[in-house]
Amino acid sequence: MTSLAAGSRPTRTQPSELVGARLPRWAPVAAAVAGVVLALALKAVLGWTGWLTAFFSAALLFVVVLTGWSFRVEGRRRAKDRLASTLIYSSFVAALVPLVLILGYIVVKGLPAFNADFFTHSMNGVGSRAGGGLYAAFIGTLEQVAIAAIIALPIGLFTAIYLVEYGKGGFARAVTFFVDVMTGVPSIVAGLFVYTFLLLGTGLRPFGAAGSIALAILMLPVVVRSSEEMLKLVPRELRDASYALGVPKWRTIVKVVLPTALSGLITSALLAIARVAGETAPLILLVGYAAKINNNPFHGDQATLPMFVWDQLGKRTGNASDFGEARAWGAALTLVLLVLLLNVGARLLARLARPKTR
Amino acid sequence: MPETWDRVAADDRAADPRTAEAELLAEAGEHGTAATEALTGRLAGTAGSGASGTVAAPTRRHGAAPAAAPHGVSITGRSTRVGDRVFKGLAAGSGGLLLVVMAAIAVFLIWKALPAFSGNSGNLITTQAWRPQSSPPFFGIAAILFGTVVSALIAMLVGVPVAIGIALFIAHYARRRMATVLGGIVDLLAAVPSLVFGMWGLYFLVPNTRGFQSWLSEYWGWLPFLKNTTATSTAQYGQSLLMAGIVLAIMIVPTVSAVTREVFLQVPGETMDAAWALGATKWEMVRTAVLPFGRAGMISAAMLGLGRALGETIAVALVLNSGFVINPHLTEPGGDTFASTIALKFGEASGSPKGIPALVFAGLCLFVITLLVNSAARMIIARRREFTA
Repeated sequence: MTSLAAGSRPTRTQPSELVGARLPRWAPVAAAVAGVVLALALKAVLGWTGWLTAFFSAALLFVVVLTGWSFRVEGRRRAKDRLASTLIYSSFVAALVPLVLILGYIVVKGLPAFNADFFTHSMNGVGSRAGGGLYAAFIGTLEQVAIAAIIALPIGLFTAIYLVEYGKGGFARAVTFFVDVMTGVPSIVAGLFVYTFLLLGTGLRPFGAAGSIALAILMLPVVVRSSEEMLKLVPRELRDASYALGVPKWRTIVKVVLPTALSGLITSALLAIARVAGETAPLILLVGYAAKINNNPFHGDQATLPMFVWDQLGKRTGNASDFGEARAWGAALTLVLLVLLLNVGARLLARLARPKTR
Repeated sequence: MPETWDRVAADDRAADPRTAEAELLAEAGEHGTAATEALTGRLAGTAGSGASGTVAAPTRRHGAAPAAAPHGVSITGRSTRVGDRVFKGLAAGSGGLLLVVMAAIAVFLIWKALPAFSGNSGNLITTQAWRPQSSPPFFGIAAILFGTVVSALIAMLVGVPVAIGIALFIAHYARRRMATVLGGIVDLLAAVPSLVFGMWGLYFLVPNTRGFQSWLSEYWGWLPFLKNTTATSTAQYGQSLLMAGIVLAIMIVPTVSAVTREVFLQVPGETMDAAWALGATKWEMVRTAVLPFGRAGMISAAMLGLGRALGETIAVALVLNSGFVINPHLTEPGGDTFASTIALKFGEASGSPKGIPALVFAGLCLFVITLLVNSAARMIIARRREFTA
């Protein structure tokens, strides 16, 4: 650094002789203003029509102005530091922008479809006219996700108990590895697998619970992984105290370990349910679609929210309509709300009732 | 502690030799806790509080009634508790079931894909078409393999740097309280169903980026893959592989940044302090302390993201406009991936003998590719863990 050289020449922007010349605190703001003004000037002079170009040139000019200024005053290392900070901050903004755009767009498109009829009626006999609703699809989603949870949660929890309380040696390592690998199984492959072994060649028609099996396969690794983390948080001393009182291992797990980790386990269960509730790909292969209400998940085509959207967009039958599109957005918004509710609920629960670790 | 209890158990064995001792020894070797159980079981028996405990000779000497505790753990530590066996069986069985499911996925996909290998008038690998229902059937995975790999690569190129930036921001730049909130928001992005990403991509992103795509083609067209050779007006741009890649990038950002964030948070404070003490700027600290520590984590996170991008179905199926040819011009409409082909061609597949096997073969390819990518990612993480431990 040029701290000594700069120190011999006191300037206003230099707070201390030890740190060398620095830009004033308002430098980023000034650079931002300069960037915006320059971009607007360019837009006026060159006759650009789009605001997007102006936005990106403003951002680019901001980076150039700030880095250049810093390079002049503070030297190469601090200029690099400022450039890196700017890029890191902007990458965060770059991630927030799509989130806001997606959620905002889906609310704007979906809300007009919301009314009492939309939630209390099925699509039976509606076709491409106005009216109808997602009642049948909502029932289907609830039933199928519930069955998936009933299958996956106990198996996942017991696997996690095995890995934490019993697991040693090659078998446990194999289970851990394949849980990780299973996390990466694409949802369509899970659906295709259930199709090949349950429906293909057995003469069975698509039915709701078939989709549940695929959802359970997708849920299982998530449940195992997160329950494992929760069980690991239970202090070793609690188990030892229980053993010292003469409680058998399985009762220790049931009466001490699980209650201690309960809130965490519920959180992980809710997050796992939220993960599969919006899954579409396996359902295309497995559950079919019905406009009518079908309350029996074990027989006959059953509508679900994702399949409702898929159908109303015209992807299943090939004929889309404006009313169908509006209904699709309404259903998509319902789905997002359902998933976000599960997520927020799970996180709140996790915060309110953390396992006591001392 | 376990050593002491082992000795206690060993003493018991010496005092009271029985046939089951070999079993106990094996068990004690397997589980450090078996000896613990022996001790606790004995204590329970002595106190007479164990509702279930076979009381062996030494306890009887203390005067407890044997009938009060019919079964449990004897003084030798041999576990006779039914509950423990059942419970352990259930736990291990669940783990085993998981392995069975993975094996079954592989077996069934291979078995049901077998018919696709025969009676195909095209080449299964190199043919750029998907017409299993025509006679003779004519299909191959060349174009969809290209689409899958290219869209996933675009997603990586766009998404991974942004995700690493976010991870750095949350782990080392934002204030702690703010970081928790922001991390939660990024996690919410991961919870949004892929269907919604696809709809947003198709109805918002594609129409609003036509100008951007034509700009790319016009000014960056000297890069052959950005040149659109067919479009004559902006309106003809749209559902291209590039857009599919960008939607996928948005989808993998939360996954990648969550894993990288965890790694960045584990950077030892001493390393960072050392960098600070040498007078490093924040970026120099990150570059010399944080990034080298997190390199393995970043690579594996990127590969997890790649795995997710490769297998994504609905978003791609909605954004892309089907077209079964290898088209290196990424701004031109068209393209397909394994997953989107399975979803879109499923409806018409059941009508022909080769339709379903062809799709199952596509699923098998996808399964193998994602399996390889994910295993590699996990192995990098595991090696890293051993290394730091």
